[in-house]
Amino acid sequence: MAAADRPLVKPRPIYLNLFAIRQPVPAIISILHRVSGVLLILVGIPVLLWFVDASLASPERYAGAYGALTSWFGRLVLLTLAWSVFHHVLAGIRHLLLDIHLGLDLAPARRSAAIVLVVALLLTLACAVRLW
Amino acid sequence: MVGPVHKLAVGAHYGGWDWLVQRATALVMLAYTVLFIGIVLWNGGLSYPVWKSLFANGAFRVVSFVFMAALLYHAWVGARNVLMDYAKPTALRLALMIVVVALLAAYAGWTVQLLWGDA
Repeated sequence: MAAADRPLVKPRPIYLNLFAIRQPVPAIISILHRVSGVLLILVGIPVLLWFVDASLASPERYAGAYGALTSWFGRLVLLTLAWSVFHHVLAGIRHLLLDIHLGLDLAPARRSAAIVLVVALLLTLACAVRLW
Repeated sequence: MVGPVHKLAVGAHYGGWDWLVQRATALVMLAYTVLFIGIVLWNGGLSYPVWKSLFANGAFRVVSFVFMAALLYHAWVGARNVLMDYAKPTALRLALMIVVVALLAAYAGWTVQLLWGDA
């Protein structure tokens, strides 16, 4: 093939399969920050309002809400929300620290991301132990 | 001659403000959390009478309302960011934003009812 026949710009390989690209830990906790935030909006806030409302209304309604939350499914919901709160708050605190230029370098940023991921899971595990 | 004005239904120049709001509301929520944990520890746990008297206290109601206001504003900024990233067609994005606004407004109404309604 003559040089002139070749396209001027070589088509670059586009490879954006998110499931095949190995995500660094900060990217993982970032997407989980979003996932947990959406969970808290759709499930966390209404469950919180419903439970506080019931607890203040009457001992009977409190007992009913307590029973629902400690059922097998209720505990699963609680545990998911517990993880959401832990992960969201810890990732948020990490964000605030990055904003005041603490831990901005690559190595500390990766380390703090790993800490957020692991501590949130450990706190959730502690909740699971208490719930079951 | 002035060319046609293109008014976009999406995007604006509120990025910097929202950035600040997201952090300010987060700090308000953290402060409330510390206060709440402090109250629990001060009372040596939460018995039913303590819980009831807490929500009968006018100052606690106001502070709890401020927490919920911060939470709902924070939720709006976060949800809007998520929708801007993943809901690309403008009609879909605006429709979902309206759903979120309605949902958060309902939560706000529920909060007021819970705090000041005669339950």
